[in-house]
Order: sequence, then C-alpha cells, then structure tokens
Amino acid sequence: MGKFILRRVGVMILTALCLTFIVFFLTNLYPNLEKLAKTQGNFRMSDEEVETYLNNNGYLQPTITKYGQWLGVLPGYVIEGTDGRTRAKCAEPGQPIEEAPRFCGVLQGEWGHSTVIKEDVGGIIGEKLALTGILMFWVMLLMVPSALILGVLAGMREGSRLDRSLSTFSITTTATPEYVSGVLFIAIFASSAIGLKWFKGTATSAMDNITFENFFLPVLTIAAYGMGYIARMTRASMAEVMTSQYIRTARLKGVSFPNIVMKHALRNALIAPFTVIMLQFPWLLNGVVIVETLFNYKGFGWTLVLAAGNNDIELLLAVSVISVIVVLVTQLISDIGYVYLNPRISVT
Amino acid sequence: MKDPLSWGAILGQMIIQFMPTIIALVITFAVSIYFKRRLGLYGKLFDSTIGMIGLALVLFWVFTAFFAGAFDMIATHDPLDQSAMMKKKLPGTPYSKLIGTPDPNAGAYYLLGGDNLGRDVFSRVIAGSIKVILIAPFATIFAFMVGITLGLPAGYYGGKFDTFLSFLSNLVLAFPVILLFYLLVTPEIVLTGIPVYMAAVLFIFPLVFLVILWNSRYHTQPGKRNLFVGITLVIGFWIYLGIAWDADPLGIISFPPNLLVVFVSVVFVNSPTVFRIVRGLTLDIKTRDYVAAAQTRGEGPWYIMLWEILPNARGPLLVDFCLRIGYTTILLGTLGFFGLGLESESADWGKMIIDGRRLLSANILHIAVPPAIALLTLVLGLNFLADGLREESLKD
Repeated sequence: MGKFILRRVGVMILTALCLTFIVFFLTNLYPNLEKLAKTQGNFRMSDEEVETYLNNNGYLQPTITKYGQWLGVLPGYVIEGTDGRTRAKCAEPGQPIEEAPRFCGVLQGEWGHSTVIKEDVGGIIGEKLALTGILMFWVMLLMVPSALILGVLAGMREGSRLDRSLSTFSITTTATPEYVSGVLFIAIFASSAIGLKWFKGTATSAMDNITFENFFLPVLTIAAYGMGYIARMTRASMAEVMTSQYIRTARLKGVSFPNIVMKHALRNALIAPFTVIMLQFPWLLNGVVIVETLFNYKGFGWTLVLAAGNNDIELLLAVSVISVIVVLVTQLISDIGYVYLNPRISVT
Repeated sequence: MKDPLSWGAILGQMIIQFMPTIIALVITFAVSIYFKRRLGLYGKLFDSTIGMIGLALVLFWVFTAFFAGAFDMIATHDPLDQSAMMKKKLPGTPYSKLIGTPDPNAGAYYLLGGDNLGRDVFSRVIAGSIKVILIAPFATIFAFMVGITLGLPAGYYGGKFDTFLSFLSNLVLAFPVILLFYLLVTPEIVLTGIPVYMAAVLFIFPLVFLVILWNSRYHTQPGKRNLFVGITLVIGFWIYLGIAWDADPLGIISFPPNLLVVFVSVVFVNSPTVFRIVRGLTLDIKTRDYVAAAQTRGEGPWYIMLWEILPNARGPLLVDFCLRIGYTTILLGTLGFFGLGLESESADWGKMIIDGRRLLSANILHIAVPPAIALLTLVLGLNFLADGLREESLKD
C-alpha cells in the first residue's frame, strides 16, 4: 500500500509539472505577452514600446528559464532596464535589489504577483478558495444525500414505475448544463415576470453574508448537474446488489423488505458511488466556474475566468496548480477508498 | 400597426413555421415503425418509449437545422438583421423598422420577441441549431477516430506505449475544461498558429484509421486493397488539406480559422475520454476465445483489433457516442457562454443565453429562455436516445 501511494504521488508530481509547464508555455506565447503588455501599459503602445516593456520586466527570457524562476529552482532575474531602473523578480516593491532573496518561486512559497488584481497571488487564492469552499460544502451537503436516496429508491425495485420515473429525472438533470438550469432557475424563482420572487438572482451579497435567499440557487444549480450522475451509479450498483444470492437468501429467510434494503443491501451498494462522488470533484470545478460567473459570486472559478481573460500569468498558474491538485488528490482518495471499502480488490 | 399576437396565436404560428420539420418527423416515424422488425437495432428503438422520445427530440433539431440551413425555411427573419424598433420587444410583437423599409419576405411578427439589439430571437435560435448540428456530431466522430486509433493498440499491446498514452490522456483530463478553452480558444493563440498544428495532428487520425482498416482487411487481395486505400487517400488528403491547412488545391473546401479552433479544442477535450473507454473495452475483449482463434489462424494484430475487437465493442461505443454528442453540445454552449471563439454577432445558443442572462434581472425572460430550452431539449434527446439504445442492446 505504501509503495502504491508513493508511486501515485510521483506520477502526480510529474503530471502537475507537465501541466503547469503547458499553461506556462501557452500564456508566454508572444501574442499573449503583447496583450498583457498592452493591458498593463496602454492599448496604443507601439511594437517597440511593447518590446521594451516586456524586456524590462523579464518576460523575454527563454520560456524554460522563466519557468525555472517561477518554480524557484533558478535564481530570479535582475534586469537593468532601458529606462535605467534595475528590476528584480524577487524584490518587494520598495525593497532595494541587494536585500532581495536570490530565489523566489513556488518552492519558496512565493506565488508571485497578480497583474490584474495587483495583490499577492497567495493571498488572493486563499481568500477565493475559502469562498468556493463554502459553496462546495453546501453543494455536497445537498447533492450527496439526495443523490444517494434517489439512487437507492430507484435501484431497490429495478424496472418498477418508481425506478423509471426517478431514472428519467436523473437523466434530465445530467443533461442540463449549469448555464441552462441556472438561467431557468433565475427566470422561474427570481424574476417578477413569473411572480415567484423566492430567491435572489445574484449571489454577490452571499460573499459577506450567506442567507438561504441569496445562496440556494447557485448551490442548487451545481448540485443538480452532479446529482443525476451519482444517482444513476447508485441505482446501477443497488440493482446489482439486489439480484445477488445473499439478498435472495435473506428474502427466503423471511426478512422484511425494508430490512433487506437497510441492513443487507445498502452497505455493499454504496461502495461504487463513493468512488464516483470523489471523481465528481473535477466536474464540480467546472460547474463552479460557470455558476460563479452566472451568479457573480467572486470565488475561485470567477478568479479563473478573470485571470484567463486577462492573461494574468502567475494568477492563472496558481489557479491551475490548485485545480490539478484537487483533481489528482480526489483520484488518489477514490482509488485508496475503493480498496479499503472493497476487500476483494487489492492494489498489488 | 397590427396588434401583438396572443400566446395561443404565437404557438400556432410557430407550429406553422415548424411544419416542414414536423412533416418530416411524422414520415420518418411512420416508415420506421412500419418496418421496425427489419431495421435491426434502430428498429428496436421503437419498442422503448424513452428511446422514441429521444429520437424524436434529436430528429426534430436535425430536420430543423437541415431545412433552415439547406432551404432557408422555418426561420422568419435574418438572424443578424437588427431593428431599432424591436429592441427587447415581447414575443408576438409585429415586425417594423425605424430606419429603412422592412424586408418584404420577412415574417410579420417577432414570434419570440426581439433581443437587446432588436434581432428576432426565434430566427436566432433556429440559426444556432444549424451550427450545433454541423459541429457537434463531426467533432464527436473525429474524437472517436482519434480515441479508437490510439486506444485499440494501447489496450491490445499494453506496455510502454500504453503507459505513455495513458499518462498523456490523464494529463489532458486533469485540466479543467474551461481553463483549457481559455488557453486554446483565443484570438492570440490563433495568431500563433497552434490550432492549425493541432488540427494537422488530430485530423490525420481518421485518414490513418481508414487506411489501416482497408489494409488489414484486404491485404490478401492487393487489387481491392489498392483501390480502397487509393480512394481513401485521394479524397482524404484533399479534405485534410482543406480543413486543417486551409490549402485546398481546388479551392472548394475551407474552414474559417475561428471555427477551426473551436472544432479542434472540442475534439482535443473529447478524445482522451474515448481513448480510455476504447482501451478498457479492448483489455476486456482481447481475452475472449474468438480473439485467440483469430490469433491461431495467423491474422495480423491490426486485423484482430479492427475486425474482431472493434465490432464487438460497438454496443457501449454507440451509447457513448450519443452521450458524447450531447456533451459536445454542452461544451459548444460553454464556449459561447464565455464568449470564446466566435464572431461577436453570430447566433450561438451559449452566447444568447449569457446575453439574455444580463436582462433577467430586468424581468426580460424571452431572450435567455428560448435558447436555453433549445439546448436542453437537444441534449436531453441525445441522453434519452442513448438510454433507449443501452436498454435495447442489453436485451440481445
């Protein structure tokens, strides 16, 4: 088991390195840098001015050197600009060059500086992750129990009318992307054209003060999309368990149906959905980006859109590192959990 | 000045506009149900209610896009035509223009109202369907070609090749899709030419797939083999040059660059998942007796992969194909939602939804809701269809 985890962690680090390098490479292509220079300076900069700006700020070094500096394995640049000022990557604003540390990369805990928000990336990410964490917490709290209940109810009598209607319902929720369901929810529950003004159409106020009124619609929108899939997996797993020999034995023994479901079937039926729930995290991440944009909730997903739209290299890299870690760690947990829950499977 | 239409009249008018689609749908269903015992898996679909509903929804949009795209029917107005008089007007408002004379051929009403620039929402939803119906299935087919061509040998041979490809596919899958879109589908990236190179790599796979397919089957009959491979190569290279490099020597096929980047990125996002599915199925099927029999007969590895394993994996692949077209439709909507990869004016469901979203707080629902319902019904139809297919293919 230890060796298995060690190998997986190795692959994870390799994946994260490759991924960040791809992001780094794509954001450091010249047209993207030109766009960055123009948003930082002004939009009517001539080509020479763009070049000077980029050179002075260390953007024109070879990509691999810049990547090494970002990572913290190469010393940060110290460039004497054409305007006579010397700039160093590692110097804080106002700090003399000589006092700046030589290395300042991710390995040293320095995530860099955001060019859009004008703050340290580490701080921004922490704050935004907390906001999204709250959203995810409520999504999970709504999604997982309702999906499991739906799945178990549908799967306990396969082919019954209850099964058919619940399955159709779960297909419908998986077929509705967040931007469709979100818009429909807002139209139905938040506008006065229909008249049910139960909830608010934006979640901006939820960043300071969460209420049922301003937070329920975004949570429902994300939860609905993921719910159907988990419910279908639970249903399939439940239906399979219900046809197994030991359930038949229990029935012939005269155990009542509710008892069979609760005591005999449920535990075995919930192994498969566990892995599915863990693997849903990467999907939820996408949902979070859409829903945060749709409801104007300034969390992690909203930051991704902001950083990507403005080619804010260091912020975007931090966002990708976090999302990659989320994806890979949940995969690892789902694999380990599967082995742990199901004694018939072994990793070796 | 005419009176605005009531909701009943709007519905009636819309049914009249959709008449060609409805007639085609009724004919297809009548013929299919009559001959359903002779139509194999497709015929069996008509035994399952959910499959029939799914097929009806999908065919509805296919026929609508076909009649609107090929014969200019169904839509009442030009989807790009703006009218200052019609800005944010409610459904059923009579069509008029502030400046210039209205087009005499255009419909008398905006059936679903006007959007924020005074364009007809109904016609724009129809125009959006053409784009989706053109791109989504083809992008899915390309993704399947890439996934199958790489997934079969990865599963069959295993080893280093498999480890490497699995690592690559996991790498792509670890990207949040939206981040990938934001990195790939921007005007700046189009300038660097990266999408063209990606297209050049991804679009060669269908060609490779077909050549290997013919060669493995007919290599004992060189005449037939040369004919099939020759035809594939000539037509394939012609289309390949036109689509990927925009360098068709005859100048017939060309692909607008911003559409190409959308197409490429959708194929790129979908292929790793297809690869994983095909690889898993191959791992399962290669242990079967008929594969061992073929190996004993002395068949080549590619013959076994393409003519023994692949046909036996068709059930799950077909179901996934339907689901994946739906997913591709969602992805296209997502791109439009973030305003990536399209001209500012073009009718795109995702873009219409986000444009209409901004007006929801002003209680104007008719701009955002119609494209949302259109996208929902198409994806729902594809999911129902996949469910029906799964149910019916499990029965044999």
